[in-house]
This record gives sequence, C-alpha cells and structure tokens, in this order.
Amino acid sequence: MPETCIYIARSSAIAARALAGEMMVMNSADSTFFTLNEVATVIFQAADGHTPLREIVRDHVCEQFDIDPEQAQADAEQFVAELSGHGILLVSSQPLASETP
Amino acid sequence: MIAASRRVACVEIGGIPIALSTCDEGFLDLLRHRYDGFLSSSRPEFELEFDLTSTGPASDDDVRVRREGDDWLLERGDFHARWDPRTGRGSVRQNANPYSLDSVLRILHSLILAQRGGFLLHAASAICDGRAYLFSGVSGAGKTTMTRLAPPDITLLTDEISYLRPNADGYSAFGTPFAGELARAGENCTAPVSALFFLEQGPENRVDELSSAEAVRSLMRNILFFAEDQGLVEKLLATACEFVARVPIRRLTFYPDARVWNEVRNLARDFAGNLLEVPEHA
Repeated sequence: MPETCIYIARSSAIAARALAGEMMVMNSADSTFFTLNEVATVIFQAADGHTPLREIVRDHVCEQFDIDPEQAQADAEQFVAELSGHGILLVSSQPLASETP
Repeated sequence: MIAASRRVACVEIGGIPIALSTCDEGFLDLLRHRYDGFLSSSRPEFELEFDLTSTGPASDDDVRVRREGDDWLLERGDFHARWDPRTGRGSVRQNANPYSLDSVLRILHSLILAQRGGFLLHAASAICDGRAYLFSGVSGAGKTTMTRLAPPDITLLTDEISYLRPNADGYSAFGTPFAGELARAGENCTAPVSALFFLEQGPENRVDELSSAEAVRSLMRNILFFAEDQGLVEKLLATACEFVARVPIRRLTFYPDARVWNEVRNLARDFAGNLLEVPEHA
C-alpha cells in the first residue's frame, strides 16, 4: 500500500520570529503564543507546502539532529497535528501554496 | 430639536492626550473623578464620544477588537465602540460603569501603542532613584504586594497595568490610573525603565537570569493585547523581541517582606553601573 504524503504550510494568520534558536509564533486570530524548540523550528521553517513531511524529517531533522528516523517522523506528525489544531500550520495530502511570503 | 451640548475632559495617560466627551454631567463627573491626576490641558491627539445606553454589566466576557474597513470595532457585553485611526476619532456606547470606561481606554491605548512600538503590561511599576522597575506576573504573583512593601521614597506608577513606550535609549514607563487590588491610581509621571522582573513568591529572595526565549515568552503572556490583526500582531512580537534585547529581565523570587526592596536597590546599582552594556540575555 503506498505511503500517504503529508504536506504542510505555514498559515498566513501568524507572526513568527526566531530568537536564540527558538521560534516564537503568535496566532493573530486569537493571540495564542507558542515557542518552538529547535527541532520543531526546523520543521516549521521547512513547511513550504510542497515538500512532503517525510522529506522534511529526512533531509532537515535527521540531517541536523541525532534522532532515529521513525521516532523523528512520529514526533513530527504529532507536532504537526498539534500546530494545525491551533491554526499555525496547514496540512493536506496534496501540495499546498504556502500562505506566507 | 437642539442637540445636547457635549462636555469634554482630556485625559492624558502615557503622554497621549485623549478627549473624552459626553452629554451626561454625571458621567463627566465620574470620569473627571476617576482620572483625577491624569486630566490635561494638552491639545488632544484623539477623541472619543461617549453615549450612555443600557448595556450588560461590566464583565470578563471575551472582548473582541477587530477591523471593519478602516475602523476598529471594540466590543464586549458592556460596551460597543468604533474608532477610526485615520481621523483619531471614535464613539463609544456603554453604561455609566467606570470599569467599562477603563476597559475601552486600555484597549484604545493598546492599539495606539502597538503602532508606536510600545505596550501595556500586566505589571506593577515604580520609580526608585530616578529609574523605573517593573514587576510582572499573573494574578497572585505579587504585583500589589511589591507595591505595598515599597519604602516611602518609591513613587508608584501602577500596581496593575504598566505603560511602556520606546525612547532614544530604551523604554520609558508611565504612571497609569488603572489600579489593581491596591485601588489607588499611580502617579502621573515617567522614568526610564531600568529592569523588568517576573515575580514568583518563595521562601527567600532570589534573582535568576532568563534566556531571551523565556523572557519573550513571559513578556508575551503578560502584554495586554486584544486585536485580531495580522499587522499589529507582527509589530507586537517585534516590539517584545526589541524590549527583551534592550531591557534587563530577571525572575525575582521573593519572600513577601520589605527586604525584597533591598534586593531591588542592589540590582538597581548593578544595572546603573552597566547601563551601556548589552543585557546578558540579549
């Protein structure tokens, strides 16, 4: 059975700033504020809407951090689900146009 | 039919004079009394016309602050306001409740400040030896306690909502009439900000460094901001990062007695001796 691809893009309704290796993200719709750790920041920055999540994990996360690929994928999927629930990331099984410039 | 004449009181908080007008003499007395010490003869930068209506009681219901065309709409169960930032004019419908009045003014100032690189912060603030110290935290963290413990030579700016604007060297804190448990307005004066402390109560006095990320996170949690607006949210986040880069920020765990102010004074001397140095967490 073919593996389902997940595509992720940053929402346009957010403000984000990197500071000392962490990403600060604020949702302008409800003013909720999040700080992302280094791994989450890498995924967030690579969320361009057309690179599958599995590729992001393989080429960015596993490349930069010493993490087991399967564990990294599972953690990434959990993180993506969490942030999409807060309207920070858009998730689709098809490529997305990133809403951020 | 002759329209009732409007009476005006100009209230200047944070160096921003706003004309508040009403046809109701009783309401005019209320706002003059409430903002006594912040009444001003300066030329107003902004104007708000108040019309009293029957609305719900002042409440903690979710406030909504959003754009409608060029106007800002400020809505809560107890007030409905519309403000046009291009003309600086707006109108408010509310009942004669002073808490509603405070809320409308705070929201308006938060919108004005966001455009100017400043913000309102859930924090007590006070002037000690010519410089302002901010004590921030959630309810119960000790904001009012810090002001109650302050020695007599300390000038209280507020025990609840601090008013911050950028200046050439950093930030200035201004007194506000927005009082917390102390139920006393701050002094209408200003001083350059020396440091911000995030409060926790503990068995002894202790000061800890915060990382930049921790400082921004704590700051954002305590900034008063209501607007659903992408541009302002981006500005606010940029402002928070700028503030963290320019102002020393520490965690102050304190035992609630007067000795904590000795700790603050000692740190004040340290900060004064290092004014030109970049804060350690930057």
